[in-house]
Amino acid sequence: MSTRFTKWLAGAVLGATAMVGATAGAKAEDTIKVGVLHSLSGTMAISETTLKDVMLMLIEEQNKKGGVLGMKLEPVVVDPASDWPLFAEKARELISVNKVSAVFGCWTSVSRKSVLPVFEELDSILFYPVQYEGEESSRNIFYTGAAPNQQAIPAVDYLMEEEGVERWVLAGTDYVYPRTTNKILEAYLKAKGVAADDIMINYTPFGHSDWQTIVADIKKFGSAGKKTAVVSTINGDANVPFYKELANQGIAATDIPVVAFSVGEEELAGLDTSNLVGHLAAWNYFMSVDTPENAEFIEKWQAFTENPKRVSNDPMEAHVIGFNMWVKAVEKAGTTDPDAVIDALIGVSVPNLSGGYSTMMPNHHITKPVLIGEIEADGQFNIVSQTSGLIMGDEWSDYLEGSKDLISDWRAPLSCGNFNVATGKCGGSGE
Amino acid sequence: MMRSLFLRCLRPLAAPVLAAVMAAAFVLAGLMAAAPAARADAAGDALALFASKSYDDIEKGIADLAASGHPQAIDILSALGDRRLHVAGDAIVFEDAAGTWHDALTGAALDGEPAGAKAVRANNRIRRAVDAALGQLTLMSADAGKRYDAALSVFKSRDQASLPLVRSALETEQDGKVKRALQQALAALTLYGDADETAKLEAIDVIADMGNQDALATLVGVPEPTPAMAEAISSAQDAIESSLAIWSGVQSVYYGISLGSVLLLAAIGLAITFGVMGVINMAHGEMVMIGAYTTFMVQEVIRNSAPFLFDYSLAIALPLAFLVAGAVGVAIERGIIRFLYGRPLETLLATFGLSLVLQQAVRTIFGPTNREVGNPSWMSGAFDLGGLTLTYNRMWIIVFAFVVLAILMVVLRRTAFGLQMRAVTQNRRMAGSMGIRTNWVDSLTFGLGSGVAGIAGVALSQIDNVSPNLGQGYIIDSFMVVVFGGVGNLWGTLVGALTLGITNKLLEPVAGAVLGKIIVLVALVLFIQRKPRGLFPQKGRAVER
Repeated sequence: MSTRFTKWLAGAVLGATAMVGATAGAKAEDTIKVGVLHSLSGTMAISETTLKDVMLMLIEEQNKKGGVLGMKLEPVVVDPASDWPLFAEKARELISVNKVSAVFGCWTSVSRKSVLPVFEELDSILFYPVQYEGEESSRNIFYTGAAPNQQAIPAVDYLMEEEGVERWVLAGTDYVYPRTTNKILEAYLKAKGVAADDIMINYTPFGHSDWQTIVADIKKFGSAGKKTAVVSTINGDANVPFYKELANQGIAATDIPVVAFSVGEEELAGLDTSNLVGHLAAWNYFMSVDTPENAEFIEKWQAFTENPKRVSNDPMEAHVIGFNMWVKAVEKAGTTDPDAVIDALIGVSVPNLSGGYSTMMPNHHITKPVLIGEIEADGQFNIVSQTSGLIMGDEWSDYLEGSKDLISDWRAPLSCGNFNVATGKCGGSGE
Repeated sequence: MMRSLFLRCLRPLAAPVLAAVMAAAFVLAGLMAAAPAARADAAGDALALFASKSYDDIEKGIADLAASGHPQAIDILSALGDRRLHVAGDAIVFEDAAGTWHDALTGAALDGEPAGAKAVRANNRIRRAVDAALGQLTLMSADAGKRYDAALSVFKSRDQASLPLVRSALETEQDGKVKRALQQALAALTLYGDADETAKLEAIDVIADMGNQDALATLVGVPEPTPAMAEAISSAQDAIESSLAIWSGVQSVYYGISLGSVLLLAAIGLAITFGVMGVINMAHGEMVMIGAYTTFMVQEVIRNSAPFLFDYSLAIALPLAFLVAGAVGVAIERGIIRFLYGRPLETLLATFGLSLVLQQAVRTIFGPTNREVGNPSWMSGAFDLGGLTLTYNRMWIIVFAFVVLAILMVVLRRTAFGLQMRAVTQNRRMAGSMGIRTNWVDSLTFGLGSGVAGIAGVALSQIDNVSPNLGQGYIIDSFMVVVFGGVGNLWGTLVGALTLGITNKLLEPVAGAVLGKIIVLVALVLFIQRKPRGLFPQKGRAVER
């Protein structure tokens, strides 16, 4: 009895091992795995679920074209549940257990900061698709979203030139992205000759829903006889009550325009926009961009999601660009080995959806046009300004003490993320 | 003889004079005939500018069109402001509010949208120019409301071209409110124009009497004031600022009451489930969310099948939200909580898990993105009361919160159900032996608390996101209010909510929103240390359970 049981047990274990080995072996030969690290539950699911869908669509499409290097791509989707430490755990799982060749993921800066050491330790590749505050450079991360100079600064320039704004409210949610962006903007505005009295900075907690006092303050600040604008780095959920309060207190875009860096088509989908007409947003892509590439993308996206009203937005375009760059780099390198792909990625150019080409620069940021749009009654953006050329992402801001001397260049022989041009040393971090 | 001589002398002159007179008549007639043609040309030239890509050209087109006297200038300009004005080939066309397309130059109706029509470019600058032009054009409108808006937009734009229009409008204006607005507009124009000092000093008085932010903004920006004017301006400024400072204090208190009413609404259901029954219900916020989603569903049905009912959507949603959230509450009590009475830690964990389940369920059904819940017309906008700007949605929520509180008080104190509820919570066994079905009372009490949370969701959908995370934002605040006010006491909940709201809003302008919240939280912790039973502790033996 006991021997039979031992035999059975041994057999079962052997069988199981063989099976696992076989499947693992077969998979490793047939497919290239791509990790998708976006929250599908919790507070950030509101934004990140869409990006997961985009990745699935892109992978499906690439497979229809025959995959990469003759192999099919296989998405590995995990749910870090809007929990920052879980992001690091899931990233480790994707790289060490699932053996993915590259990961597309993260939204908030804190989640990126949480996975950064994991990607550096295990030497893998992360594509980060969201606009962020800059002041970071990693050999293993490719930033396909906008750096501050690709979003915030052109937006401020537009308001100065086109609307003649002289007084500024910098309103943001209290965390790293708004704080850093506002620090850069404040330095930039002062460099442009704006007096300290003409800048009001305001921070609110996450999910702030009672905007009465702040909107009244903005109204007061705006009635000093100078044209006033609000630069908003208010995060996702707090935006709806903020705009509702603005509309209710009768502040129209023609009086005090609000330019936002975190409000796109997806966020407006939950809002009645008839009172918001004319408020602005700055991005590198709008759904209303009138190019054949964009029309084709929207058609495919709406067909993939089986929802003819589904909107597209900027971080989605960033994933499209990032994914196509990765495919091209893998084909160029002839392997999915991270070191080879990291080197091959620099200099890769792929079409973006606004009718031009985006190129991966040596600082792991990409070139993009900057678009300014005004909200329309149907929740879309009316593009009122577009930079004539492409803007190169600048990871270390030129307007911050301590980072203005830093550059990042990951090409050999420099291969340094924070090279100090003043001292000529790598690792000359400013702060 | 003399006469003939005179005539003789005159005769050689007659021909040229006659010719001159006739020529003049011709020119006059020609001019009269040419005037409309020239006007049409001016309109045509102005309209041609709208096809341009440059905002400067379009802005010029707006001013030219307004000056051209084109009979449909008002329609065309409002169409431009709403982005209904299009360029189709060489023609400028627009779609009127009823959806019919017209040629802008002739006003003739077209059949359907012309091929290749592209909207005329417009941004805020263009919209401002449109508002200013419309202000001029509608100063003489038959509708008093429109005249008032026109006067306000002239006040804002300070476009000197409208000066003669404002003057002539003032002469005929009968409506007191419009007249005052026109006088203020005239004063603003005078201050920013090239009038003499006396006129400007008078204008300063008119503006100073307005006593609000707009007046302040107008006065501060006056170009090149003479010493006398500067003095008048600074004294007017001081007066306005000190009155505004008083009003801003009143405003903070009002905002505090408003925030307090939102807290009260969110907490009032919890005051029953936690306060009266002693159940730590972490899924309370999700009941609020269910109420908000019910509102969304109701509005969705109304939008699709009966749009005329939209203004009543909230009234329809209220009972439904109460029933839906109440039913879910009863189900939770029957399914989970009744097995956990007397075990607070397990209840806490179970309901916390439940809240995650409910959130994810809603996320799966409705999607993770925000859902649009519209404000009915009677809940949008604001009105001025003295120096205060009161928004309708906040005001109705204050009223609503107090009504809900009053109804709940009546239910608890004046009905048989309320009596049974109090009896069960005070002494379960005694109540049972008096013939009260304690199980049923438990379920219904929990259902009532959840239903009230659902009603709160209807109100909160008007000011916050309707997303699966809606409830999370309120759960901590709700517990804070109930614990602070004193468990088991609705008056305590009321006072607690208002105190927290007002303190928060008084601190916010001084300390900022983030620090303000922290200070309130720390103060609350200290208070609970001193008085663990809150503001209004329950007395008597029931407490010793």
